[in-house]
Amino acid sequence: MSAVTQHRPGAGRSAATDEPLLVVENLVVEYPGKGFRAPPFQALKGVSLSIRAGETVGLVGESGSGKTTLGRAVLGLAPVTGGEIRYAGDRISGINKKQRRALSDDLQVVFQDPYTSLNPAMTVNDILTEPLLVAGVSRTDANKRVRDLLDQVKLPQDAGQRLPREFSGGQRQRIAIARALSRDPKVIVCDEPVSALDLSNQARVLDLFIEIQERTGVAYLFITHDLSVVRHISHRVAVMYHGEIVESGDAGAVTSTPEHPYTQRLLLAAPVPDPVRQLQRRADRQRLATQLAAQDEQAGAGVGGDEAHSTDPSREA
Amino acid sequence: MTLPSPDGTAGVAPDAAALVGVALPKRAHLVRRLLKDPTAVVSIVLLIVIAAASFAAPLLTSADPAAPSLANTLGPPAPGHPLGFDGVGRDIFARLLYGGQVSLIGALIAVLVAVAIGVPSGLLAGYAKGAFDAVASWTANLTMAIPAIVILLVVMTALGASTSTAMIVFGVLMSPGVFRLVRASVVAVREELYVDAARVSGLSDARIMRRHILPVVAAPTIIQAAQMFGIAIMIQAGLQFLGIGSSAESSWGSMLSDAFSNIYVAPQLLVWPGLALTITVSAFALLGNALRDSLGATAIKPSRAARRKARAAKSAARVTPSAKTPAIVLSDDAASDDDDAAADAATPEADVLLVVENLRVAYPTSGGESVVVDGISLTVRKGEVVGLVGESGSGKTQTAFSILGLLPPEAQVTAHTISFDGRQIAGLGRNAMNELRGRRIGYVPQEPMSNLDPSFRIGFQLVEPMRQHLGLSKAQAKAKALGLLARVGINDPERTFAAYPHEISGGMAQRVLIAGAVSCDPELLIADEPTTALDVTVQAEVLDLMRSLQAEREMGMILVTHNFGVVADICDRVAVMQTGKIVETAPARELFANPQHPYTRMLLDSTLEDSVPRRALAAVGAAATGSTAADTTLATDPTTPTGESA
Repeated sequence: MSAVTQHRPGAGRSAATDEPLLVVENLVVEYPGKGFRAPPFQALKGVSLSIRAGETVGLVGESGSGKTTLGRAVLGLAPVTGGEIRYAGDRISGINKKQRRALSDDLQVVFQDPYTSLNPAMTVNDILTEPLLVAGVSRTDANKRVRDLLDQVKLPQDAGQRLPREFSGGQRQRIAIARALSRDPKVIVCDEPVSALDLSNQARVLDLFIEIQERTGVAYLFITHDLSVVRHISHRVAVMYHGEIVESGDAGAVTSTPEHPYTQRLLLAAPVPDPVRQLQRRADRQRLATQLAAQDEQAGAGVGGDEAHSTDPSREA
Repeated sequence: MTLPSPDGTAGVAPDAAALVGVALPKRAHLVRRLLKDPTAVVSIVLLIVIAAASFAAPLLTSADPAAPSLANTLGPPAPGHPLGFDGVGRDIFARLLYGGQVSLIGALIAVLVAVAIGVPSGLLAGYAKGAFDAVASWTANLTMAIPAIVILLVVMTALGASTSTAMIVFGVLMSPGVFRLVRASVVAVREELYVDAARVSGLSDARIMRRHILPVVAAPTIIQAAQMFGIAIMIQAGLQFLGIGSSAESSWGSMLSDAFSNIYVAPQLLVWPGLALTITVSAFALLGNALRDSLGATAIKPSRAARRKARAAKSAARVTPSAKTPAIVLSDDAASDDDDAAADAATPEADVLLVVENLRVAYPTSGGESVVVDGISLTVRKGEVVGLVGESGSGKTQTAFSILGLLPPEAQVTAHTISFDGRQIAGLGRNAMNELRGRRIGYVPQEPMSNLDPSFRIGFQLVEPMRQHLGLSKAQAKAKALGLLARVGINDPERTFAAYPHEISGGMAQRVLIAGAVSCDPELLIADEPTTALDVTVQAEVLDLMRSLQAEREMGMILVTHNFGVVADICDRVAVMQTGKIVETAPARELFANPQHPYTRMLLDSTLEDSVPRRALAAVGAAATGSTAADTTLATDPTTPTGESA
């Protein structure tokens, strides 16, 4: 996408050639507490993570774990109160609105809900040209680019004239992906992009994500609650629990032989689509639960306790 | 519960999408829809006629509305003076027409002032929030608390009497209403994901405001403006009736005042200004309503949902048993629609609990009807868990709802048989169905939170059905409810019993609903995606709970789901649905081991459970970080280079 001029925040690029593309270091995000003089709610308690160019890092956890907050913090949509986020060597947490807008060339997003992430009153063409026009691309070039984008996400060429509500969930998510791709970003934050989709659409959209990555070399921060999705798409995986990363590593290892009890619980809780193996997995899960309960009794309270009662004020699904 | 969902691979969504749409539709659609509404057409025509007549007054009459002539005092109609003369001999027809000008212009001034103040301040307050919002909201509330007519009278006496000044002041007094409306719409829309997406796309605040927020605000503001027009005309007439406003100016209000002073002599004088006011104000009110219907229908979502729910409840069971439709019945193990299998499901067996035969559900559309359930047959035996699995739009929820008799009245439901425990329940009346629902057929919904009434304590919502169905006393019902809460794994039943729904988590809410569903010991439990909204660890616990309850009470169960993992976990038998038809029915183990239908195979192939994990990215920059993260498995921790986070 040559028509878009490359804005880079700051000038610290040369010093950062060794560093991964996106680095999150000891990130703390706090929301004001509910009620007068209530202590702030810590959605993220010092989280560190890095993503290299062309890599998918899966972020998995349950609702309230802070995974969505981490994605929103990277995008500048959540209040960072401690630690920092660096992109290409430059600090991007706590930058002003103008610098943030310049970042939109490199950092993009695909949200969970394809029903609310597209403005229902705008045609697909308007939705897709908007980020281009903002970047100073001419309307003719933008229209040309839209045709190319629709092709990339395998939507028909006439899709541009239609409204989002005329499309199915899977197709809408393709539109959202096309919007994210429109300016050739380097990193896309994908916040549960397939959890609202049907099984068959889910597999197709995931494969589209992988294909785009292999072609363009874009990096994904892929947020999901589904271990099997994360295994399918990620190179590396980080598991979040109560605002912290409890385990991280190679995708195959974390999703098959997890070490942290929470990850084990997560893995065993997901039912396998096979009655025979599910019987086994259920037995394993119940055994682990008894073990953990016994541990809890000894230790007073543990991490693998009852279901989360904490509520996350951020936009967690 | 919705109409056929737009999901699936088919290209264009049916009318169900209309329910999803939120913001202002395209203008062309709006005009077309308005013109289809007779109320709108009548009120628009009336207003056009009134406005045209008022502004063409010099062409329609040569009489001077302000010229008195004592000779004609209370005179009857005469050539050139079709309505006669008023108390000081002025021409009534001319005064009516010129008075229309004053009324409409005055109302326009008031509305413009209200919009000019209310919209920008509302936009700013809603979008930026913070100090401006606090001050503006406070000012708006204060202004709304002041009685408008008193302020107007004070201002009029202080500033001198002119209708336009009065209307400017009235516009200011109306602006808080606009402010609050706009602010509320902005606050709602600024949380939408597409506004976040626009921000990430690098749009400036001004641009987001113009492109994404203003269009949403437009609809309610237009509706409000139509209503304000009517109010302004009334207030204005009231002021003029009291004698405020220039006496040289003819106006409907001053005509009323004149008529009032001659009420014993010539009561007919009241008719003309009265009619003019009534017709104009009603036309604006009706236009406002019509606008709200055609353009605000989507903006006022909850009331629509409430209406649908009310209608659904009212309709109860409207299933009509039919013997005419061709039967496409599947026996338990037949994979396709073999005709000879038809008799199988109909033969009564001792342990059969529910028999559904050739069920068809359709919704009327503009071009005929859309069939969402297309001749399915289903049998549930006592103590058996039947999974109804398929993608969204396959009709599985519609099937469950038609068994419960909870489809909206516009649904056209036909079936050979829906029999429960040997008794035909298709076409049962509302009372008979109510007797069955809750008592013998339990229901567990998908969204636990939206199925608990937020304004009642959980205890009340559990106790009430038991008192109704089982005739228990309050104390007995409470004791039973507490026992049930403990049974579904709630640690502190007393506390949950006294809690409001917002005070508990989603997993807890689902446990409460399950407790409610089994409270009257139903023989059949229909669960519609009972774990879809829950976290995976909570899902596992809820499935455990449902399995143990089902085994303990030997309930039959229909489990609607799209998740094959859930099916594998709990179901004895599975029916796979695709676009309204059951394409395959088999015992669970058999289905997973040896799927027959290509659609089932496709779905099973789509599960990611056994997909091979991607290999770690070739060590592009890994060496630089000092660790060979890509090659090691779990020993190192490449995502946390500082190692401090965990």
